[in-house]
Amino acid sequence: MNTRPEAAPLLSVRGLAKYYGTRIGCTDVSFDLWPGEVLGIVGESGSGKSTLLSCLAGHQQPDRGEIHFDGRDLLAMSEPERRRLSRTEQAFVHQNPRDGLRMGISAGGNIGERLMAVGARNYGQIRETGLDWLGRVEIAGARIDDRPSAFSGGMQQRLQIARNLVTAPRLVFMDEPTGGLDVSVQARLLDLLRGLVRDLGLSVVLVTHDLAVVRLLAHRLMVMKSGQVVEQGVTDQVLDDPQHGYTQLLVSSVLQV
Amino acid sequence: MYVAVKGGERAIDNAHAWLAEERRGDTAIAALSIAQIREQLKLSVDRVMAEGSLYDPDLAALAIKQARGDLIEAIFLIRAYRTTLPRFGSSLPVETARMAVIRRISATYRDLPGGQVLGPTFDYTHRLLDFALAAEGLDVVEAPSANPEGLDNVPHVMGFLNRESLIEAPGAGDEVPPDLTRNPLQLPANRALRLQALARGDEGFLLSLAYSTQRGYGNTHAFVGELRIGQVTVEAELPELGFAIEIGEIELSECETVNQFGGSKSEPPQFTRGYGLVFGQSERKALSMSLVDRALRWKELGESHSPAPARDEEFVLSHCDNIQATGFLEHIKLPHYVDFQSELELVRRLRAAAITPSGKEE
Amino acid sequence: MNVASADNYNFAYLDEQTKRMLRRAILKALAVPGYQVPFAPREMPMPYGWGTGGVQVSAACLVPEDRLKVIDQGADDTTNAVSIRKFFQRVAGVATTETTTEATVIQTRHRIPETPLKEDQILVYQVPIPEPLRFLEPRETETRRMHALEEYGLMHVKLYEDIARHGEIATAYAWPVMAEGRYVMTPSPIPKFDNPKLSDCPAIQLFGAGREARIHALPPWTKVVSLDFEDHPFQASKADHACEICGSCESYLDEVITDDQGGRMFVCSDTDFCSTRSNAQQSGAA
Repeated sequence: MNTRPEAAPLLSVRGLAKYYGTRIGCTDVSFDLWPGEVLGIVGESGSGKSTLLSCLAGHQQPDRGEIHFDGRDLLAMSEPERRRLSRTEQAFVHQNPRDGLRMGISAGGNIGERLMAVGARNYGQIRETGLDWLGRVEIAGARIDDRPSAFSGGMQQRLQIARNLVTAPRLVFMDEPTGGLDVSVQARLLDLLRGLVRDLGLSVVLVTHDLAVVRLLAHRLMVMKSGQVVEQGVTDQVLDDPQHGYTQLLVSSVLQV
Repeated sequence: MYVAVKGGERAIDNAHAWLAEERRGDTAIAALSIAQIREQLKLSVDRVMAEGSLYDPDLAALAIKQARGDLIEAIFLIRAYRTTLPRFGSSLPVETARMAVIRRISATYRDLPGGQVLGPTFDYTHRLLDFALAAEGLDVVEAPSANPEGLDNVPHVMGFLNRESLIEAPGAGDEVPPDLTRNPLQLPANRALRLQALARGDEGFLLSLAYSTQRGYGNTHAFVGELRIGQVTVEAELPELGFAIEIGEIELSECETVNQFGGSKSEPPQFTRGYGLVFGQSERKALSMSLVDRALRWKELGESHSPAPARDEEFVLSHCDNIQATGFLEHIKLPHYVDFQSELELVRRLRAAAITPSGKEE
Repeated sequence: MNVASADNYNFAYLDEQTKRMLRRAILKALAVPGYQVPFAPREMPMPYGWGTGGVQVSAACLVPEDRLKVIDQGADDTTNAVSIRKFFQRVAGVATTETTTEATVIQTRHRIPETPLKEDQILVYQVPIPEPLRFLEPRETETRRMHALEEYGLMHVKLYEDIARHGEIATAYAWPVMAEGRYVMTPSPIPKFDNPKLSDCPAIQLFGAGREARIHALPPWTKVVSLDFEDHPFQASKADHACEICGSCESYLDEVITDDQGGRMFVCSDTDFCSTRSNAQQSGAA
């Protein structure tokens, strides 16, 4: 499968496992993510997809396995290195924007935080970048000094995306980014995300239970059940011609809706 | 006059003189003796000893007298005195199993070895003002005394549960506990350090926290396994002798709660423990302490994270000391005019900037 | 009952063990400028929040030959300054002074003296909240991590928010600084007017927070930078007046309300600075 021109994958995962006592969080997960590629991870709740994501993003320590980012061993990194990485080259979009935003701080401050964390010290430039990013996520520039609490759910989610992308990360983790939004709001957000991913050449690991979301965004798909990957491949192929019984069940249940 | 804040040397002396006069009150009324306070306001004395972390009823009574009955002020006096005392060593752990109990109750058993001993409690009094107390010179009717035998070796209720492994084993506790008064509080704290902080903590604060757990903010479903109050002997090992000798007796209130059980597929369910130990007869404090202790143990017992004030170690330990709290609270009475001046200028400047450019000023 | 009298206390109140513990913390703080060193504060006979940290640091520094000056709000005669000075007179028997140039140890609350300090002096600050990040993040465990990892983005977010809302950084006192390019620290609640005096100061500067159990320090000649933005630089400011007593236009001023008609006058907050100047003027005029 991996016959792409790039020399090396951006993210490389081998034999990853995480246990909660004797219960399996996820086990035996291996995959490569290439620059500019969107990998969708689907499965029901409890399938291990969120555990996998939090291990990849460094929120949890896996019990076994290896994670390499751009050739660097993530699990061997010191905490300062890991945290610096997670606010420069990596980003994390939470399902609930309240988990990813500072609700008591203006939209501009939310976008500017990552810039200031890596040393930006010019107020005018930080503000300009903030305005630029508000435009890119379709929020009126006049709202720059408003707090996210005054925003609708869809706007909060778009703001969270802007706050994450402002430092031009190479890899973005997304946890159900459209969950909890109305269908029409979801469609707009997906459209926006698709544009940003394409324009910025982002690599994305996207966790969702919504097959419509992966069909629109993901190049490749991984199906998880009971902590294990049961099927993976090109998105259209997996969705149109599912091999594993569980994937067939997932796809058919969606088609019924 | 506000000038009193500056040039205040004489003002301070005069204020102190006035305070001394007010403390004494009407000189036609006989002054309280230390012994009177010690004997007749014993529960105040106990609280001052507990939160002052110094077991000396006479000093506590003196502090109450000097503080005009303000218990936090009295605790402060005791703490400030305690800190100057040399430390010769530490005692052996006291054996509360060998406590000579004056009160011992269990809410988890109807009857049990050693019996339910009510002791001198307000519990079943009717809270009616006893106007007879307003009359002076009345003799007290002596309380009947029961056969006191066996009350100095009453088994712990928790022991019964422990024998069947129905309750978690008590902590090993062989380590020398950290000393909050000699080392900075470092978080996260271990249980010994938490208990130490709670034992010195403000009774009212712990009461409210414990109460909040009962109302669902970190519920632990506590039963009072046992509450006991009485004298224990304090022993210390003297290096010169090589063995322990008795150096005195102190009164303690001890509370052990039986709490909601944990357990998993691999581990059978067991009740868990909360513990409170306080100088003197301070059962409200001992109960509160054991509920808060149990609430703070959620992490080590593997309970899921659900935020509640009483489960928040950093919040509880940082705010339970009333001497720290009252000092910092009251320091806002000190002059802050230098800072206020710079705020004043800032607000004036911001207001001027806000009003001028938009031309709202006419 | 055995109640010790004042004469029974050790020199400078604290016992020698405690002073040794404090001196270790002070040395560590001096070795790592701006880093908050935990120490085990003792209960002092004055309340927490009233200068117990400063008092303990002073007690650890004082030797019998010292000459102590105590100021609060810049003045030697404010009540709390009087009270602390009296305390050390009583328990240490050291000489005291109100003259900045004569003092070897100066304990202060909220001000840095106007008269430049010298190499053989120690300035001891009373600190209420030593953690500059505290009002952005209430958890000690989290703020210690932020310092360890130099995660100071949030601090600038606060300054950003000020400018966005008010057009300038709306901090008038306790303006956060960066010590020697590594630790963000609070200079204690001094007016921002005093911030420039922190940097390249010949004297030792010690900051004691009793209730919060932390000591931080600036060794002599430490570079101290007030946090700001390139296009919104830090500016020290004061009331735009001259002192009505000594005429100084350079010193920080107190605003004194003189009547209930809105009348007011401005006078030096530093009483020693003011009286030294006016005495010199009088003798010059005579």
